[in-house]
Amino acid sequence: MLGEGIAKGFVETARNFFGSYFYKDRLTTVQYPEERLPQAEAARNFPFLVYDGEDSQAGMRCVACQICEKECPPKCIFIEKSKDKKPDAVGKPQFYPAVFNIDISVCMSCQICVEVCPFEAIKMDTDFELSTDDRFCGLLWDKTRLSKPNDYYRRIHPTDAAVSDGILAEEKAKAEARAKPAVTAPPAVATAVAATKANSASSNGTHAVAATPDLKAEQTNG
Amino acid sequence: MLFTIFAVLTVAGAVAAMSFRNLVHSVLALMVSFCGLAAVYLLLGAQFVGLAQVLVYVGAVAILIVFAILFTREPSGKIQSIVSPSWAASGVVVLAVFGVLAWAVLHSSATQSGAVAPVDTSMQAIGKALMVQFAIPLEIVGLLLTVALIGAVTIAVHEKREVR
Amino acid sequence: MGEAADQFFVRLQHWLVGHVPVSLQPIVSSLLGVVAILTVFAGLFAVTTVLERKGLGRIQNRYGPNRVGPFGFLQPIADGIKSLTKEDVVPHAADRAVHFLAPLVLVLAAFSLYAVLPIGRNMVLANLDAGVLFFFAVSSVMELAIFMAGWSSRNKYSLLGAMRAIAQMVSYEVPLILASVAVVMVSGSLSTVAIVERQAGYTGILPHWFVFTPWGFAGFVIFVVAATAESNRSPFDLPEGESEIIAGYYTEYSGFKFALFFLGEYLGLFAISGLGITLFLGGWGAPLSVLSWVPSYLWFFAKLLAMIAMFIWIRGTLPRLRMDQLMNFAWKFMLPMALLNLITAGVWCFFSQQGVLRWLVCGVLVVVPYVLLSRSLMQGLKLKKRVYRFAE
Repeated sequence: MLGEGIAKGFVETARNFFGSYFYKDRLTTVQYPEERLPQAEAARNFPFLVYDGEDSQAGMRCVACQICEKECPPKCIFIEKSKDKKPDAVGKPQFYPAVFNIDISVCMSCQICVEVCPFEAIKMDTDFELSTDDRFCGLLWDKTRLSKPNDYYRRIHPTDAAVSDGILAEEKAKAEARAKPAVTAPPAVATAVAATKANSASSNGTHAVAATPDLKAEQTNG
Repeated sequence: MLFTIFAVLTVAGAVAAMSFRNLVHSVLALMVSFCGLAAVYLLLGAQFVGLAQVLVYVGAVAILIVFAILFTREPSGKIQSIVSPSWAASGVVVLAVFGVLAWAVLHSSATQSGAVAPVDTSMQAIGKALMVQFAIPLEIVGLLLTVALIGAVTIAVHEKREVR
Repeated sequence: MGEAADQFFVRLQHWLVGHVPVSLQPIVSSLLGVVAILTVFAGLFAVTTVLERKGLGRIQNRYGPNRVGPFGFLQPIADGIKSLTKEDVVPHAADRAVHFLAPLVLVLAAFSLYAVLPIGRNMVLANLDAGVLFFFAVSSVMELAIFMAGWSSRNKYSLLGAMRAIAQMVSYEVPLILASVAVVMVSGSLSTVAIVERQAGYTGILPHWFVFTPWGFAGFVIFVVAATAESNRSPFDLPEGESEIIAGYYTEYSGFKFALFFLGEYLGLFAISGLGITLFLGGWGAPLSVLSWVPSYLWFFAKLLAMIAMFIWIRGTLPRLRMDQLMNFAWKFMLPMALLNLITAGVWCFFSQQGVLRWLVCGVLVVVPYVLLSRSLMQGLKLKKRVYRFAE
């Protein structure tokens, strides 16, 4: 009969209309910005630099190895090495970035910089509310803007942060294990051990020995 | 005073319809002229005729003319000269026709006799007259329109068959 | 007390006109009426845009606009500011004069339609003897405005949309007018005031509205369907379908001219709803005789809002009709039904005594052709459940 389907349609829409007032679960709208949907754990937007401890410059994990700068596909990272050194996350004195800029208008969130960093220093942030009306300088982020604490990292990516912390703890344990026998072992063993390390020159081994007690105290405080 | 305004509007519309280069502009000017004419009818108190003028002419005939233009010409509206090559001969014919019409109107009984007895021109009276006095002309007009409709549909159906 | 509230605006108009010298009084009186119509119906347009968006949103399981003002009801102000401040882009090849005039003609025609609608007791701007004819005459000017809009844009799609719109409006004018003719036949007058007065009686507490008769109900349904098509509203909005032809005949319009088109369309919708209310729903009359103490203009606007709500409901429910389906529907179904409705109205008047017999006869005369005609038309369509070759 003509009109039957139309009548059924009308009943359906009337049900939708009145139901939307009485059954709130019919309306799936999220009233942004009062309500926000939680992001997936693996969500990523732009990179940030992780630092341990309170001081964002002293605790920065980045050692200015410039691997991420070289691997970045759109070349949005700009690093300038410092002249002096400071202890890194494991305790070894390393260079640190005097200038670390990321142009987030160029960054394509590919995460390659995170994947290639050997020091767990750069990770992906999830913050997307980054609008600014300054098209050029507002989107060129420097070191201070990019640094965020490790607690923040644990909050946004708990699983990855746990893995990252595990790796760093392991490395630190290895460094301490190497540092202890290096005090008593013959210099040949020390140099052999030092030669296997992928990082800086062997002369730093003795420096690490002297610096380790201070750094250990600093690490436990961090 | 109102009559002057509407009369000027009508004549201006007609003159514009003649003198515009763009065909669709002339049609629109002609519609302005028809609206002026409808206003004159309404001023005379002939409600039915005035409103039927708007309904039929502006509503239907304008659209008919416009569709005819669009289907037979380029819509870009080529600019054509408004004075045709045979303007002298056609001007003579036009003046002759105008003279005959003016003579006929001026000498007709409508303008010769003085005061006319007031006629009931309400809608009821028109309706009654159409159904009682003028029933047969009404039916003939209806038949004519039906024939035109059937003819149009037949031509369109033929064309569709040819296209297939 | 009820009478004072009912005639409040009439008395206000008389009082204001009394301050003016006698020679100017008719003009000032009409002007006051015109100003009132302009403000009230333009305000109703603003409210309807937000009501429609919120209503459609709720039907589609979402909120409508709810940021501007309480529950989003100041949204029309934001929309108005937006459309006023947008750049007015006119295509280089467009016909500037006609392009400018088209929205003006549309809005002019749309506003003129309200002159013959009786908003309340003694509240009609122009009590024409041929009010209904005036209404249809002016609504046919709106078609010309649409053609002007489509043609002046020098855009093939605009022109196509305009021609489709005109074809649709012309086709649906026929059942619209035939449905109204049935009402005119029964009331014996083309004047809208007389038609409303014919429906002003009550038997017991039930009103004498024409919609409560078999031919009136069928006529009302035909009228509403044809009115939806006349206003280019869903499901008949192919000429302006947003997903089909961008915006059809007003693609090339931006800013204020677009807002004027929008205004003209909605005003046309209100006017045709107003005519439907006048012809079938008893105009400014109360639905139950015990409720006659409520002022007449409040009843008119209540019925108008109910019809607007129905139009919004229809828009949210039905999918768009294709052009050929639309035309078939008009000429093959609506026109025969409207003609049969005319005959039924005549039969109703023939059985001038009240009684069950005339209800029975007219009811059969309306329902049986509806069922038979719809069945025969649907058989030709071969509607079966769709079987997909690859998508199962």
